[in-house]
Amino acid sequence: MDMSHHQKDLWTVTFRVFRQKGNAAGHYDTFKLEVNPDEYVIDAVERIWAYHDRTLAFAHACHHSTCGACGMRVNGVEKLTCITPIHTVAKNGGITQVDPLRNFPVVSDLVVDMGSLYQRMEQVGHRPVLPLPEEPAGLPVRKNNGNEYVRLSDCIECGLCISACPVALSTPGYIGPAVLAGALQHGIKAAPALLALVDSEDGVWRCHSAFECTKACPSYVEPGTKIMQLRKQVVGERFANLFRSNR
Amino acid sequence: MDKPHVIIIGAGFTGVAVSHDLALRGFDVTVVERGCIVNGTSGRTHGLLHSGGRYAVKDHESAIECIDENIILRKIVPQVIEPNGGLFIGLTDEDLAYGEQFIEGCEACHIPIEELKPQEALRLEPNINPNLLVAFTVPDGTFDPLRLALSFAASAKSNGAKYKLYTELKDFILDGLGNVIGVKVLDRTNNKEYEIRGDMVVNATGAWAGQVAALAGADVPVKPTPGIMVAYDERFCERAINRLCPPADGDIALPQRRMMVVGTTSYEVEDLDYVPVTEDQIELMLERGAELIPNIRKAKMRGAYMATRPLIGAGTSGRSIARTFKCYDCKETHDIEGLVTITGGKATTLRLMGEKTADLVCQKLNVSAVCSTQEVPLLSYRQFYTLPN
Repeated sequence: MDMSHHQKDLWTVTFRVFRQKGNAAGHYDTFKLEVNPDEYVIDAVERIWAYHDRTLAFAHACHHSTCGACGMRVNGVEKLTCITPIHTVAKNGGITQVDPLRNFPVVSDLVVDMGSLYQRMEQVGHRPVLPLPEEPAGLPVRKNNGNEYVRLSDCIECGLCISACPVALSTPGYIGPAVLAGALQHGIKAAPALLALVDSEDGVWRCHSAFECTKACPSYVEPGTKIMQLRKQVVGERFANLFRSNR
Repeated sequence: MDKPHVIIIGAGFTGVAVSHDLALRGFDVTVVERGCIVNGTSGRTHGLLHSGGRYAVKDHESAIECIDENIILRKIVPQVIEPNGGLFIGLTDEDLAYGEQFIEGCEACHIPIEELKPQEALRLEPNINPNLLVAFTVPDGTFDPLRLALSFAASAKSNGAKYKLYTELKDFILDGLGNVIGVKVLDRTNNKEYEIRGDMVVNATGAWAGQVAALAGADVPVKPTPGIMVAYDERFCERAINRLCPPADGDIALPQRRMMVVGTTSYEVEDLDYVPVTEDQIELMLERGAELIPNIRKAKMRGAYMATRPLIGAGTSGRSIARTFKCYDCKETHDIEGLVTITGGKATTLRLMGEKTADLVCQKLNVSAVCSTQEVPLLSYRQFYTLPN
C-alpha cells in the first residue's frame, strides 16, 4: 500500500470479475469487498478467492512486479495487479471490473495461456540476464571483484503489451511488442534468421505505432520505442546487405 | 515393469525440485497444484540466493546447506540469477561485536568472506550508509523466484513429469488400512473432480503441510511464520546489503531489476490463505532499510507483500527455529504407508530438498537410482510453457 490513505478509511468496492469454466460461456460475478484503498488489486482478488469463492482461478507469484504473473485488465486497462493500488482504479462505493488479458486464449477466469509469447521470446533469444551496462544504458559500471555485474533484464514477459496492442487484437500472427523488443535486445546483426523473422509482414512492419505497448509496460521496456529502433536497424541491415551483395 | 508413479502435492520450490529430481531418476511424476506455479510462499520470497552468512553464527547446518547449494544453483540455473555478491555491514559497536562471531561462523561453514574498510565498501556500493564501521563481502546473489521454479518444472516436464495446475487436492484415497494410494482432486478450470492413483504421494505444501497431512490423519510440526517484504521503485546497489547482526526485522535490502526489496519480519499466524500487510510493518521496513541504504527514504514504494515461511518445530518461536528442512515418512510417524511430507527449508536449498525427498521415495519404493541434479543444467524457464504436458 502506498500509505497516502490511512487504514481507518476503508472503502466498499464491488469487483465485477470475469468467469469462465471449461467450455461454458464467460460471464461476470460480482463481489462486494471492504478494502483499504492503498491495498493492491491482487490483494482484493486473492481475498475473493480466500473468503468468497474458492473456485476463482487467477495467476500471481511475486507480488512486487518482478515475475510478471499477475497481469489482468482492470476497467479495460492492462495492469500488473500486484503494484496497482486499488484507489487508482476504484471509487468508494463504485464498481471495478477485472478481466483476463486479451489476445491470449483464456484457460479459466482470469488465467490466460501465454505459451505463444514464451515460444516467441525463446525464438528471438531474448536474454533473461545481461552484463551491465548494456541495459539499462548510461549507468556507470563499477568493478565486481574484477567481474562484470549481471542484471536480470527489464522485460518480465508479463504479456501486458501484447494484450494492449490493437494490432495483436486483429492480427494473431503479429509477433508482438515484447518479442520485437526482445529481438532488439538479442541483436539482429549477424543473425540472419532473426533478421528475416522481424523484417517480415508479421514483424516490425505490422506495428501501427499506437504505442499502447509502451503505455502498458510496467517494467521500463518501452516496447514501442524499441520497435522504432529495430526498424532503423532492419533498414540499415537491408542497405548493408545490398552493399555486400553488389561487391 | 511400469515405472513407479509419484504424485507431488504443491508446485512451490520444493514441489518443482522434487519433480525434477524424481523425473531425472526415471519415475512417472504428476504434480498437483491448486493455483499457478509458486503462488504461495515461494513466489513471494525476497529472492536472496543465500551465501549462508545470515545463519553462520547460530545455525551451521542451514548455513552450510546454503553455501553449498548457492554454488550449485549458480552453475545449473544462471539464467535466473544476478550473481553479484553481498555485503554484511556493521553500523554500531554491537554489530562490531557480532562481527567477531560472524567471522568464526563463516569460517566454520566454509563461507568465503573478505573484510573491507568502510571506504572500500563505499567504493563498491556508494549508496550504503556512509557511517558504516565495517563490511564483509559474501557470495550472496539474487534470483527471480518464478523463473527459478519454472526452470526446475520445465526440466521435469522435459523428462516426462506432468503438471496439473489449478488442480486442488480435495482428499487422499486410502486403502482399507488407512494407507494413501492416491488423491481426489478438483480441476478448477472446469470444476470437475477426478482421481489420480500413485505408488507414493509427496506432500510438498510448505506452510500448508500440516493442513494437507491432516487430511490423511497425520500431523506435521510446521509453524507458519509470515514476514513482510516491501519493494521500492529505484535500484541503489548491485549487491545484497545485509545488516551485520543476529537475524532481525528488516535486516536485508536487496536489488532486483530496477527495484530494491527490504525484508523482513517474523510472527505466527493461523489463517494461511490470506495474510494481510500491516502499515506498522511497512513503516518498520522503511526505517530499517534506510539504516542500510539511506536513499531508500527518497524512493517511491512499489509494492508490499507477505510470505509465510514453513518453519519446523514446536515450542520455540520464529527467529530461533533452525531454517533447515525435514522429510517425514508417515509410515514411521503415523503408521500410514504411501505418504511422505517435506517441509521447512528455504528457497536457496530447494534442490537439496528435492534430493533428500527423492532419496526417501527411492528407499521406500526400493529404487536404486541416484541423484544427478547437482550436475544437470536446467532448461529455460520459458520451456515450462512450450513443452507438451
